Amino acid sequence: MIARFPGRRFAGRVARHAILILTAAFALLPFVWMVSLSLKPPEEIFQADFHLWPTAFHGVENYRVALTAAPMFRFLLNGLLVCTAIFALQLLVCIPCAYALAKLRFRGRDTLFSAVLVGLLLPPQALAIPHFVMLNVFGLLDTYAALILPWAISTFGIFLLRQFFRSIPDEIIRAARLDGLGEFEIIWRIMIPMTAPALTAFGIFSVVAHWNDLFWPLIAVRREEISTPALGILLFRDDEAGQFFGPLMAGAVIIVAPLLVAFLIAQRRFIDGLAVTTMR
Amino acid sequence: MTALDQNRPRRADAKPSLAKRSGEHGLGWLAVSPALLLLIGLLFGPVAAVMLFSLTDWQLGSFTFHFIGTTNFRTLFTDPTFWKALSNTLVYAAVVVPGTVLLGLVVALLIEASPGLRGFYRAAHFLPVMSTMSAMAIVWGTMLHPTIGLVNRALGAMGISGVNWLRDERTALLALALIGIWQGFGFAMVLFVSGLKAIPQQLYDAAAVDGADGVLDRLRFVTLPMLGPVTMFVVILTATRAFEVFDSVRVLTQGGPNYASEVLLHRFYTESFDFLRMGYGAALTVVYLAIVVLLTLTQARLLERRVHYS
Amino acid sequence: MGVRSRPYGLAAMAEIELRHIEKSYGETAVVKGVSLSIRDGEFLTLVGPSGCGKSTLLRIIAGLEEQDDGEVMVDGRCVNDKRPKERDVAMVFQSYALYPHLNVFDNLALPLRTRRLSFAQRLPFVGRALPGRGGIEKTIRAEVEQAASMLDIAHLLHRKPGQLSGGQRQRVALGRAMVRHPAVFLMDEPLSNLDAKLRVQMRAEIIALHRRLGVTFVYVTHDQAEAMTMSDRVAVMTAGELLQVGQPEQLYRDPQDLRVAEMIGSPKINVVSCDHWISLGASLPPGVDGNTTHLAFRPEAVGIAAPGDRRLNGVVASVENLGADIFLNVALADGCGTVVVRTHPDGSRSEPGRPVGLQIDPACLLQFDSAGMRQRQAEQVGAAG
Ligand SMILES: Nc1ncnc2c1ncn2[C@@H]1O[C@H](COP(=O)(O)OP(=O)(O)OP(=O)(O)O)[C@@H](O)[C@H]1O
Ligand SMILES: [Mg+2]
Repeated sequence: MIARFPGRRFAGRVARHAILILTAAFALLPFVWMVSLSLKPPEEIFQADFHLWPTAFHGVENYRVALTAAPMFRFLLNGLLVCTAIFALQLLVCIPCAYALAKLRFRGRDTLFSAVLVGLLLPPQALAIPHFVMLNVFGLLDTYAALILPWAISTFGIFLLRQFFRSIPDEIIRAARLDGLGEFEIIWRIMIPMTAPALTAFGIFSVVAHWNDLFWPLIAVRREEISTPALGILLFRDDEAGQFFGPLMAGAVIIVAPLLVAFLIAQRRFIDGLAVTTMR
Repeated sequence: MTALDQNRPRRADAKPSLAKRSGEHGLGWLAVSPALLLLIGLLFGPVAAVMLFSLTDWQLGSFTFHFIGTTNFRTLFTDPTFWKALSNTLVYAAVVVPGTVLLGLVVALLIEASPGLRGFYRAAHFLPVMSTMSAMAIVWGTMLHPTIGLVNRALGAMGISGVNWLRDERTALLALALIGIWQGFGFAMVLFVSGLKAIPQQLYDAAAVDGADGVLDRLRFVTLPMLGPVTMFVVILTATRAFEVFDSVRVLTQGGPNYASEVLLHRFYTESFDFLRMGYGAALTVVYLAIVVLLTLTQARLLERRVHYS
Repeated sequence: MGVRSRPYGLAAMAEIELRHIEKSYGETAVVKGVSLSIRDGEFLTLVGPSGCGKSTLLRIIAGLEEQDDGEVMVDGRCVNDKRPKERDVAMVFQSYALYPHLNVFDNLALPLRTRRLSFAQRLPFVGRALPGRGGIEKTIRAEVEQAASMLDIAHLLHRKPGQLSGGQRQRVALGRAMVRHPAVFLMDEPLSNLDAKLRVQMRAEIIALHRRLGVTFVYVTHDQAEAMTMSDRVAVMTAGELLQVGQPEQLYRDPQDLRVAEMIGSPKINVVSCDHWISLGASLPPGVDGNTTHLAFRPEAVGIAAPGDRRLNGVVASVENLGADIFLNVALADGCGTVVVRTHPDGSRSEPGRPVGLQIDPACLLQFDSAGMRQRQAEQVGAAG
C-alpha cells in the first residue's frame, strides 16, 4: 500500500517526525539545559539573552568547583558500593528461595509464596519507621549498613526469578540429579546460566532503583562521606558552593551521567530489563 | 502385575518415598530459610510494628510508651494538613496518570508507525526514566526559575509574563505533576511498544480486508483493543508511582508554599523524621498502606474483569 | 464446469488473472513471474513446500501486499491500485485473526458495519443515536444470523473468540468471510491449526460451502492430499515459480515436471535414474530416448515378479500393511535407492529379505530430462491427444 498513496504517506511521515521531535525535545530539554548551564559563567546565566552554547566558556571552572567543594567521586563510589552490595545480598537470598519455590516440593511452599505475593504489595516507604528504629537500636544509623541492610530481601526478585526458574523443564533438573549433581551445583551450573537474562534484568532493575533512591538515604544517613549520589547532590545544593548555578549543574551532570552512559551503551538490555520484567 | 503397576498413574508427586520427602523437604526449608527470616524481620515484622506504633505515644529515643488507642488516628483525621496532602496526592495522580499514559501511548504509536529514527526516539524518550530524580529535580528547579528559567524566558519571548511556578500556590503542584509526567512517560512508551509488537500482523490484514483500513479504523478495531491489558498495567503502575511521589517535592517545594504541594509521603517524612513524631507517622503509614494496597487490589480486580478477552 | 448457479446471495462474477507477478523482499525474489488465470466459481488450490511464496501470492491477490511487477486482473480490470476492501475479496487466515475483544456476533458484523455505516455512524456511543443506523443494524443482524446458522454457530454469537474451540473459531472466521458475499474467498492454510480429525471434517464443510456459494475460492495449503481432494484445479509452486496448473488427476497422471510428480501423490512416485537402470543390468524400456535421464513410475504401476535378467531386481526391505493396500519397499542392488510397490493383500505375501523382480507397466512410465522436464514418447503423445 506504500506506493498507492504517496502523498498521504509522505504527509504522515512528516507529521510523525514533527510530533516525535516535539516530545523528544520535552524529554531531552532538561539535559540540554543542565549541560548548557554547567558550561556558563554566572554573569551569562543571569543575562537577559540566552545562548545554548556559552559565549564565555566556563566549564572547566564549574566542574572544578563541583569536584572540590563536594566529594562527587565519593558519592559515585558510594553509589556503586551500595548498589553492588544490595544486589549481591539480594541474589544470595533470592536465588535459593526462588529455586525452592519453583522446583522443590516441601510443606508450606504455597503459603510462603502467598507471603511473597503479599510482600509485593507493600510500598517500601511504609517500612521506613521500623527500619529506622531497628538500625537505631543496633547503632547502625549513618553507616553503609543502614543503606544496604533494609534492602537485603526483594520480593520482586524472588517472584521474578521463580517465574524464570519455573520455565526451565523439570527433566533438566532430574537429569542433573541423575548425573550426580547436588542441589547447590544444580543452581550454580544450570539454573543461573540458564536464567542469565533474567538475572541481568533484575540487576538493572535493582541498581537503577537504588542508585536513584533519595527517600531512604535521606532517612538513614547524615554524613556526607557515605552519601549516595541522589543524596549527595542535594547536600551539595544546600552547601555554599551549590548556591551558584554553574557548579550546581556541573554536579548534577556528574551525578546523572554514569547511569545514562551505561544506558546509552546497553540500551536494549536496559529497556528490556526495566520494562519487560515489570510486565511479568 | 508389575506391568499394571507401571501403567497406573504414578503417585510419586503426592506421596514421595520417605527418604526423598525428607530430603526435599529439608532442602527446601534450608534454601528458603534466609529469605523467610528476612521476610519476617524486614517486611512483615515491621508492618506489624508500624501498626503497633500507631497505637502508642512513643517518641524516638524515649524508653517508655503508652497505648493511647486511636488517638493518633483521630489527630490525623482532624489535621487539615493531612487532608490537604491527601487531596494534593489525588490531584497529582489525576494529572500525572492520564498525562503519562496518553503521552506514552501516542509516542509509542508514532515510534512504531514507521522505522525512521526509531532507535533514537526510543532512547531519547527513555532517558528521563534512567536519570536520578533528585538531580533532575534541581535542574527542573532552574528551568522553572522565575527570571533565568527556560520556561519563563520562552514565555517572555512570546510576550507572556510567567509566574514563579514553584512558589505560587496555584502552580506548584501542577509544576510537580509536569515533572512527574516528564519522568514517567518514556517508561509507559516502552511498555506500550512491547504491547504493540505483540499484535499479530494477520489481525491488521483481516481488518484491511474487512474494510477497516484507515488509520483511525485500525486504531479502533485492532490496536487499542489489543493494547487493553497493557494499558491497564500501565495505569496501575503509573498510579502507584504517583502515590509514591516524594523526591521532586522534597527537593523543590518541601510541600510549600502553604502546603500547596504537600503530598502523603512527604507529610509522612516530615512528621516522622523531621519532627520525630513516630506515633503520628506510624498512623500516617497505616493510612498510606491501606490506600496503596486498596488501590492496587481494586485495579487488579478491574483488570481481570474488563480486559480479559477469554 | 461452467458457471454455477448462486443460490446464496448475489455475489459478483470474479475471474482472476495474474500476469507476470514478481515480488522480492530485499534481495530475495519470493515470487518469480507467476501468471495464472482462475475461472469464475472455481476452487483453485495453491500447493507447494513451506516458504515457496504461496502466502505472498495470496496476499498480493488480496491487495495486502503490493507486487513489484505484473498485474492482478479481476474480471478483466486491473486492480493493482485498489485497496483490499475495494477488491471484493474475503480472506480466512491460518491463525483465524478474530478480534479477541469482540464477541462472535460483532466479529461477523464488523465487515458489514465498516461498509454500510458512515464514519459518523460508526463512532462509539454517538453513532448509535444517528438517524438511519437502526435500520441498517437490523439488516446486519439478520444477515449475520443467517450466516451463523448456515455454519452452525448461531448458539455461539454472544461468546468471545477466547471461549471457542479451534474448530468453532475456524467456523467464525469462515462466517466473517461469508457475511458480505464476496466474489472471491482467499484462504491461507485455514485448517493447519486443527487436529487431524477436525481437519478432515472441515475439509468437507469447506467443499460444501464452495458448492453452496458458487463463488471463486483460492485456497493455499502445503498438504498435497488437501489440494487433491478439495480442488477443481491445483497450482503447484516451488521457490516462487508456478510449475503446473491442472486438475488433480491430471497432475497425478501427467506431471510436466519431476518436482510436480514428486510433490503430488502419497507414497511418493518412484524415480530411478537411467544410469542406475543400466548399471543394474536392466534394459531400458522401449521409447526412451537420449535426452531422458530419469524414469519415474507410481507404486501402483509396478508389479512383483520373479527376479529376472532384463528387469530391475531388488530385495524386499520392509512391508507396510495398511489393510486395503500393502506397500513393499524394495531395495535395489548397489544402493541405487528403493522402490515402493503397491500390492493387494490377497496377492502373494512377501517377507523382508526376499529377492524380487519388478514388473513395470511401460505405459505408466514417465520420462524426465536432466532439467526435470517431462520427455514425451511418441505414442504417449498420440494416446493423450
Ligand atoms: N515481510 C517479509 N520480509 C522478508 N521476507 C519475507 C517476508 N514475508 C515473507 N518472506 C519470505 O518470503 C518467502 C515466502 O514466504 P511465504 O509466506 O509466501 O511462504 P509460504 O509459501 O506461504 O510458506 P508457508 O507454507 O510456510 O506459509 C519466505 O522465504 C519468507 O521467508
Ligand atoms: Mg504461508
